[in-house]
Amino acid sequence: MPYVPHTEAERREMLAAIGVGSIDDLFAVIPKELRPKTHELFDAARPSERPVSFDVPPGMSEFAVRRKLQALAKKNATDLVCFVGGGFYDHFIPAAVDALASRSEFATAYTPYQPEISQGILQAMYEYQSAICRLTDMEVANASLYDGGTALYEAMMMAIRITRRPKIVIDGAVSPIHRKMMDCYTSNLDIQLVAVDPSGGRTDREEFKKQLDDKTGAVILQNPNFFGVVDDFSGLVEAAHSVGAIAVASVYPLSLGILKTPGAMGFDIVTGEGQSLGLPLSFGGPYLGLMATRRKYVRKMPGRIVGAARDRNGRRGFVMTLQAREQHIRREKATSNICSNEALCAVRAVIYLSLVGKQGLRRVAQMCAAKAHYARGRLTAIPGVGLLSDAPTFNEFALELPVANAAEVVNELIEKGIAAGFPLGRYYPALRNCLLVAVTEKRTKEDIGMLAEALEAVL
Amino acid sequence: MSNVPDDLKYTDQHEWVRLEGGTATIGVTDFAQNALGEVTYVELPELGWEFAQGKEFAVVESLKAASDVYAPVSGRVAAVNDALEAEPNRINADPYGEGWLCKVSGVDPAEFGALLSPEQYAELISQEEAQA
Repeated sequence: MPYVPHTEAERREMLAAIGVGSIDDLFAVIPKELRPKTHELFDAARPSERPVSFDVPPGMSEFAVRRKLQALAKKNATDLVCFVGGGFYDHFIPAAVDALASRSEFATAYTPYQPEISQGILQAMYEYQSAICRLTDMEVANASLYDGGTALYEAMMMAIRITRRPKIVIDGAVSPIHRKMMDCYTSNLDIQLVAVDPSGGRTDREEFKKQLDDKTGAVILQNPNFFGVVDDFSGLVEAAHSVGAIAVASVYPLSLGILKTPGAMGFDIVTGEGQSLGLPLSFGGPYLGLMATRRKYVRKMPGRIVGAARDRNGRRGFVMTLQAREQHIRREKATSNICSNEALCAVRAVIYLSLVGKQGLRRVAQMCAAKAHYARGRLTAIPGVGLLSDAPTFNEFALELPVANAAEVVNELIEKGIAAGFPLGRYYPALRNCLLVAVTEKRTKEDIGMLAEALEAVL
Repeated sequence: MSNVPDDLKYTDQHEWVRLEGGTATIGVTDFAQNALGEVTYVELPELGWEFAQGKEFAVVESLKAASDVYAPVSGRVAAVNDALEAEPNRINADPYGEGWLCKVSGVDPAEFGALLSPEQYAELISQEEAQA
């Protein structure tokens, strides 16, 4: 689609048609201090120039822009040995993921859902949904949401639609990044979001159960939790169901190669951050929101869904389905006002899952867990270093360091080329001495040894 | 021309009501089912729910749209038409019979009496049909 700006003559014609004398008059309802200082954009003498208002600097040449951006890009550290997790992980991405996902059929198509001409992307979405169902052990999945945090928010709203109850009980060991998003989204809604403080890195089951009552619409749990602790929430899910609440899980999809699935624990809605499935770490996105549920709740689920169908000649094809739930049809009554999805990221995820396969996914998960356990042993052998919790972990664990503030240790190790982990004090003030360390299949024994030596040296 | 039975009351939201004793049976009209097209799913209220006149109490979803159904009278849900779960298109086939949505008890006869008569409703839809 070419970008063709309006000519001055066209602007005048439009203004005349609506009976407004000038652009200034058109925007007169906007308070003056909120308007651009000048209206040079609409200056007939210089129609192609940008306004000098809004403090937008003047244009630069392509060469100058490139030089400036390269200088900015150099400030990013891209060669640190990464032990940072907290929901986003440095996994290996096979080159074929980039090669296939950057094919123009996938990379350039915007909302390419007209079935007559879009069978390729629709099939890719359908296979992505099928993969997410198998991974989570659920019955239906949507074609993705923006990221793990928005997916969790949408799951909460879905549970409220199902139960018509206003109270949500969320585990304090659910990602504080996601909880912050939910606080923000719900602060002006009639929703009571109750967080139950974790105890020693684990869900406080007794306190959690005390919060459950006949007003509770949903419980929200994360596995592994933010401290890396692996749990079996079957009992809490049962407790939630016994008061008529919906059980919502947030999961780390790659861990499902070896962990008990949320479906097997009885969860009703499963969400997750899909970044670990073939998406690079990239300063907050674009990432991938996973969502799957039970078949009986499909009409309450937000987002787009691709279904398999047959054409008039009996041939298999793919279509967008159950669209009457969505914003373009149901307007303000839609299941969500996010009716878009992360199609390209979902394509990357299904390509990644296809490349590693069932055995490969299990092996990646096993390698992550094994290397993390080695690292856990190595690091806790350092004098003064202990574990926040001795509960089982997957590929991430929280260390207690003999310092006041773990963030300072992280800063010191950055100087040695190591991103040592995530300082928990940032979200949990009582855990300022704690460092969350993640280990993926990419970390070698030498990397872990280097971290151990560097950590011991600064303590 | 849509079918408008003589023995029912109507709303301008295209619902019909039949009152027997203190219990009202509620459905959507022939005109409504025709406008909706093939009904694919119906979300019914739960037994025991109480609602006021004008509140949304059900959703009828067709291939074209999902439409709210508004309570024509206040009351308490005494029965729902479970058969619509398996065969939602009963609403198309028999909107005033097997396509009923729910039964509501505790209906105020005055509220019922104030609904549209068959003549008034027929007039309303003939206007809408003329506009369409």
